[in-house]
Amino acid sequence: MNEVALEAKGLVKTYKRVRAVQDVSLVLRRGRVTALVGESGSGKSTVAKLLARLVEPTEGEILLDGRKVRRVREYRRKVQMVFQDPFASLNPVHTIRYHLTRPLKIHKRPETVEQLLERVNLPADFAARYPHELSGGQRQRVAIARALAAHPEVLLADEPVSMLDVSIRLGVLNLLLDLKERLKLAVLYITHDIASARYFADETFVMYGGQIVEGGDSESVTQQPAHPYTQLLIESAPDPERAVVALDAPVEEVAAVSAGCQFAARCPKVQDRCWTDAPPRSDVGEGHWAACWLYVEAAA
Amino acid sequence: MNFKTRLGLGILAFFTLIAVIGSWIAPYDPSAMGDDLLSPPSGAHWFGTTMTGQDIFSQVLVGTRGVMVVGLVCGVLATFLSILVGVTAGFLGGAADEALSMLSNVFLVIPALPLIIIVASMLPSADTVLIAAVISLTAWAWGARILRAQTMSLRRRDFVEAARASGERTWRIIVFEVLPNLLAVIGSGFVGTVIFAVMLQITLSFVGVVSLSTWNWGTILFWAQSNQALGQGAWWWFVPAGLCIALLGTALALINFGIDEYANPRLRKVRA
Amino acid sequence: MTFLLRRGLFYLITLWAAITANFLLPRLLPGDPVQAMITKLGGRLNSDAMASLYILFGLDEKKSIWEQYVDYWGALARGDLGLSFTFFPTPVADVLSQSLPWTLGLVGVTTVIAFLLGTLMGVYAGWKRGSWMDSLIPVTTFLSSIPYFWLGLIAISVFSVTFPLLPASGGYAAGLVPEWSGEFIGSVLEHAVLPGITIVVSSVAGWILGMRNMMVTVTAEDYVLVARAKGLSQKRIMFAYAARNAVLPSISGFALSLGFIVGGALLVEMVFSYPGLGYVLFQGIGAKDYPLMQGVFLVITLAVLVANLLADIGYLLLDPRTRREG
Repeated sequence: MNEVALEAKGLVKTYKRVRAVQDVSLVLRRGRVTALVGESGSGKSTVAKLLARLVEPTEGEILLDGRKVRRVREYRRKVQMVFQDPFASLNPVHTIRYHLTRPLKIHKRPETVEQLLERVNLPADFAARYPHELSGGQRQRVAIARALAAHPEVLLADEPVSMLDVSIRLGVLNLLLDLKERLKLAVLYITHDIASARYFADETFVMYGGQIVEGGDSESVTQQPAHPYTQLLIESAPDPERAVVALDAPVEEVAAVSAGCQFAARCPKVQDRCWTDAPPRSDVGEGHWAACWLYVEAAA
Repeated sequence: MNFKTRLGLGILAFFTLIAVIGSWIAPYDPSAMGDDLLSPPSGAHWFGTTMTGQDIFSQVLVGTRGVMVVGLVCGVLATFLSILVGVTAGFLGGAADEALSMLSNVFLVIPALPLIIIVASMLPSADTVLIAAVISLTAWAWGARILRAQTMSLRRRDFVEAARASGERTWRIIVFEVLPNLLAVIGSGFVGTVIFAVMLQITLSFVGVVSLSTWNWGTILFWAQSNQALGQGAWWWFVPAGLCIALLGTALALINFGIDEYANPRLRKVRA
Repeated sequence: MTFLLRRGLFYLITLWAAITANFLLPRLLPGDPVQAMITKLGGRLNSDAMASLYILFGLDEKKSIWEQYVDYWGALARGDLGLSFTFFPTPVADVLSQSLPWTLGLVGVTTVIAFLLGTLMGVYAGWKRGSWMDSLIPVTTFLSSIPYFWLGLIAISVFSVTFPLLPASGGYAAGLVPEWSGEFIGSVLEHAVLPGITIVVSSVAGWILGMRNMMVTVTAEDYVLVARAKGLSQKRIMFAYAARNAVLPSISGFALSLGFIVGGALLVEMVFSYPGLGYVLFQGIGAKDYPLMQGVFLVITLAVLVANLLADIGYLLLDPRTRREG
């Protein structure tokens, strides 16, 4: 078993009246990729921000190497993040050199900017360029290089390829896989594309309405999905955009079922108790579970 | 850079030059009385003379410096204040933002002119620098308001989050990540403040609450008005100074359009 | 309700700030000009008038600053603004109530005209971007760079001195008695033409420009594109879609810059010796009449706040978002 790098226990984040994240627990292990799959609004990006400590959790705790880290800068030395939009995550007024020099200075690392660029397969002369002179894929590589500058144990990748052209997505994902192997990184891969989770991640969690509804090794979750929501997600693939539309339900209806299962309003297999009682987790296979009433009888 | 912006910069450069060398190239002492009383423009007196025979051309030349100094001092002071208040409010958000926004709105709404007139006339010696400081205190609010809005939209951008995530400290994020992206807004705010300050100073001189011992374009207009230049048809007494004000104001406004168009591509001219 | 509560709090704070500034200024700044005045006027001041000047300008050193502040509010609540030195022995409040209607009439009407006219022209200029309307911009910029008072001077010299078409000063012809007669009203209107045009001409450019830029920005929005795609008429898109959204920031800008505009308009009154607050202020400056100047400041601040309240109501009517919250 790979060693645990980051552990989140019972994370809750509430904005005014909206519960963005409800009771999420996760374990990230070194040398492994964990995928967090969900559509927009499922709370998956909030989880990334919570784990990056960009927002404070309302409840719950985050353990790094088994302990709570009080000093944020020390935490950030170990946990780094890659953002979704490479056009927005680099400051247009600074050169690539500036973007890469800063984390090296902050975390007192000995590498040079050129070494960082080489690590993400970019030529050294990119250092003098500005973000707008680079393509989306090149920028995302710079963003990855910046995250790696701190020598992190954990890399949080929030939809790292969703803004890129389809033709270059694979290249960036392969780069991440390669870096994971070489640097023994624990990677959290957040995506709305469940198909890419199968290819890329060792373990997959599916999020809906701020909660994790299903989890297990990627192969079983994507090949034998148990939760009706995961099944819908996979049926509507390969076009993840369409999934969002097909599954759409009025916001008020979704919000109304706060007591029972979050998915009740949109579930094709909804039962009476789904509206009133939250479903417990049931094992549906080897290390594979789902939070759904369908499997409660079977397990009992 | 388009023609309008270059024209603006050219006029500004011209007045800056006059501000520096004006008192040396002036043909007469602006306060010295002469024998040609209230004479229209001529070869000897390009802009004519006043009731007491003072040379108006020399007054305009010498008076340029006072105008430009007040504009510059106010521009710097007020821009500094507006960055301090506006960027802080926009970046911090929450209660600090509420309080600072309220402060700038109060300063915006209170009519500055009557207030400054009262302050200036109560001060025992209202010299140029003191007036510049007082004007700055009322001139920062508009810039702060615009900077706050811009900062708020920048604060939510990913590169600010990314800088935080890579471990940057808050003050460094404000100074090195946010401020450089605000340069166009700050620049246009600076120019706007200079226009405001110049107008206000000239107005104060014209109504006679500022020390009349130093020349500026407003003082010329004050003497013209108090000596009934209008009624006597002495148009040359008040036209040159007024045109200079309008020219300087136009130049600064043109520069500001240039900055706006640079910062907001939608405002650029449509090319067929 | 949040919107209204927030605005209400803002008005109260502004009013408090203006009054407190008025209270503190004569106490903080060096010199004692009011004392000098009182000495000069000597025995002509009765004890009541003397007492109110003491309260307003803090000449009573025996009282703590806090007691003075309480007394000050008391005096204001009674409408006691002291005696004017210029119009001695008329109370400041009386001078102001005589001149306020003139200012409201001239400055109020012309400011609203300038705003409406400028906004309308800005809508067209922004909509027809790239046409001949663009060449108006340098012209309007030049006009807005001219100080109000100087434009007034030029207007007088051209239309009253060179070509004596219109009166150069005053609110109505000398010799007339203010009354509701055709002759008097005609004279008032005749006297308002030059100062009115001066204010409109020098303030309209700002509105044109602001509205034009907002229109240019809004015209590129998707909802305008959709409206075009739906095949709606140009006029309908321009007003119901683009202008309606572009005018909102213009209104809040209008409200906030009123203090500045009114300041400029006061200068026009000074130049034209128009019997409003601006001219009163001008006379006060010459005589170092502090009670009068401070009274003018308070009344103008109050007027600007009332105008802001009206602008808020306009905003509320035009923007459904604030309405829903309210």
